[in-house]
Amino acid sequence: MSKKSFRQAINEALRQEMQRDPRVILMGEDIAGGQGGSAGIVDAWGGVLGVTKGLYTEFGPERVFDTPISEASYIGAAVGAAATGLRPVAELMFVDFVGSCLDQIMNQAAKFRYMFGGKARTPLVIRAMYGAGFNAAAQHSQALYPLFTHIPGLKVVVPSSPYEAKGLLIEAIRDDDPVIFLENKVMYDDEEEVPDEPYSIPFGEANLTREGDDVTIVAFGRMVNFANEAADRLEKDGISCTVIDPRTTSPLDSATILECVEDTGRLVIVDESSPRCNMATDVAALVAEQAFDALKAPIRQVVPPHTPVPFATVLEKLYLPDAARIESAVRSVMAYKKTKQDA
Amino acid sequence: MTDLITPITMPKFGLAMTEGKITSWNIPSGAHVEAGQEIADIETTKITNGYESPASGTLRRRIATEGETLPVGALLGVLAEPAVSDADIDAFIAKFQADFSSGSTADTQADHAEPIMVSVGDLTLRVQEAGQGDATPVLFIHGFGGDLGNWMLNQNALSTDRRTITFDLPGHGGSSKNVGDGTPAGFAATTAALLDKLAITSVHVVAHSLGGAIALDLARTCPQKVASLSLIAPAGLGQGINMDFIEGFISADRRKTLEPVLNYLVHDKTLISRQMVEDIIRFKRLDGAIQGLQTIAKACFPHGRQAEDLRPVLVSFSGPAQIIWGEADEVLSPDDAKNLPDTIPVTLLPLTGHMPQLEKAADVNAALIKFVK
Repeated sequence: MSKKSFRQAINEALRQEMQRDPRVILMGEDIAGGQGGSAGIVDAWGGVLGVTKGLYTEFGPERVFDTPISEASYIGAAVGAAATGLRPVAELMFVDFVGSCLDQIMNQAAKFRYMFGGKARTPLVIRAMYGAGFNAAAQHSQALYPLFTHIPGLKVVVPSSPYEAKGLLIEAIRDDDPVIFLENKVMYDDEEEVPDEPYSIPFGEANLTREGDDVTIVAFGRMVNFANEAADRLEKDGISCTVIDPRTTSPLDSATILECVEDTGRLVIVDESSPRCNMATDVAALVAEQAFDALKAPIRQVVPPHTPVPFATVLEKLYLPDAARIESAVRSVMAYKKTKQDA
Repeated sequence: MTDLITPITMPKFGLAMTEGKITSWNIPSGAHVEAGQEIADIETTKITNGYESPASGTLRRRIATEGETLPVGALLGVLAEPAVSDADIDAFIAKFQADFSSGSTADTQADHAEPIMVSVGDLTLRVQEAGQGDATPVLFIHGFGGDLGNWMLNQNALSTDRRTITFDLPGHGGSSKNVGDGTPAGFAATTAALLDKLAITSVHVVAHSLGGAIALDLARTCPQKVASLSLIAPAGLGQGINMDFIEGFISADRRKTLEPVLNYLVHDKTLISRQMVEDIIRFKRLDGAIQGLQTIAKACFPHGRQAEDLRPVLVSFSGPAQIIWGEADEVLSPDDAKNLPDTIPVTLLPLTGHMPQLEKAADVNAALIKFVK
């Protein structure tokens, strides 16, 4: 056990699974790094943010390879490799690039098991960076997990910390279905205690990072940290919150969300993806339909506006949900009084 | 004058503790306290425990307020005889706080070394050592599903004049997950090999639950290594075992299902903290952990009964032996301590469950210290 960064936790998960299972291979743009660069350095980059660094040196060109800048071709190749016996982990770099290879994911990988009557397996992991706050502009900052969540046949993971990232990535690699694994690019230097040994965290089991009586906060990925921060501040004022990290948006642990809302009667959802048809609307619909009687106040969503992610730093800061906005949403549902008497 | 003033500082209950909260003071300011008297309750993320006064004297100042959270080593209060002037106490406090904020005293209480990894044959064991001195060392052996953290309230208390060793058994905590055949005899062989590796010829053994059966097997196979036996709610002395605990511990994979299982361990259910449940869930997620527990359960508790009868070993053990048991134990029955020779003292603790070393740490530590001296 030692402190590891989000980046190190992911690197360690990849390394340990590659050691354990020779069928695990890595492919992506610049993940070996430097092939074709001016100095011809091998293993120079480890992906644009250094997550796979060292793996090329340890496992060699047979198992870690740089691909051409053609998402359609290498994601397609990874889908085919998975269907024919390997367990590829393909890195899409920025999740925004999915537009170039959506057919391979949506119409091929996600459909094989269903359309071949369960006779085909596609043990594929696609890793990609997501999220705003990195000053990377509108084409490199989106939080597209709702897009994948919408597609039956895909599993979608949004880890919230280094410990979570390692265990969930190992689970993703061992899973026989295609898994989209989304890493918030602002979190790579976050650190916490992470076991040195391999471990796996099951999909579809939410984690309660705080437990309280007054308000349930459901948050995704990086937003879990902001929700915890808000909950800790509110606790000092006597408002106690449950914070739910669903870990996976597909499958979604709706049972835990419903149980917590039944206990607290109030719900705030924090989602950094664009606000229409996102996880906040999905969870709000779930609770409105199945736990309506438990609600003591309207459901509040803490989400960005429906615009592309701004490049200007001040605007990007204004765009993203933060702990202060979560705190004020919680206070508003606590302050809510029903104006009409119940009939 | 400062040698007449004793600072009361935030204790460190176990390796992971960095801060604690004073939940209540049990002694009013100005009252006399005896060394060992519980003066405050301290809550950590893992457990709430009474804090015993390090010395006798008058509680001249209570610095920490109830509800306050402070780092390990922080000044909670000051003990001194009435003869010491208020001015001297104020000066002492000012100096302590200045030193503490500059970091020079921060680790005086926390001189606990980090655990080390020790190779024993094919296995790697996580070992935590504390203390030094010439007296015979103490070895602690935890039980099924436990780890060295089970001794967090005991190890330091025994470390004042001797070396003490806690470790994670194979399959547990941070040790290798290969449990071999999963029998107490197998674990006893590993324990003997660990002692050899640490160059320790003889130890007082303090063992809990399944660790008790391991200690008895160690006494059978290597009697020369065992100076004395202190068995806390030990296995090996009867047939009964709460299989709902064993099976539930193995199968429960989330807080909601695990917490009721862990409730079997203690009489005061509030002791099972969120952090304790989370730590066990995290342990069980490690590759090989659940398989290891299954192998142990099958080897030690086949058909829902304890496999091995180690009573004869205890009866014929030539060194001193004692038994400590919680009267409200819901995992192993304290009735198993009946009908033993009079030479083996049995301490039954009222309103105490299966983990007296956590639930009644002060009583257990007193019994252990008396025994090893």
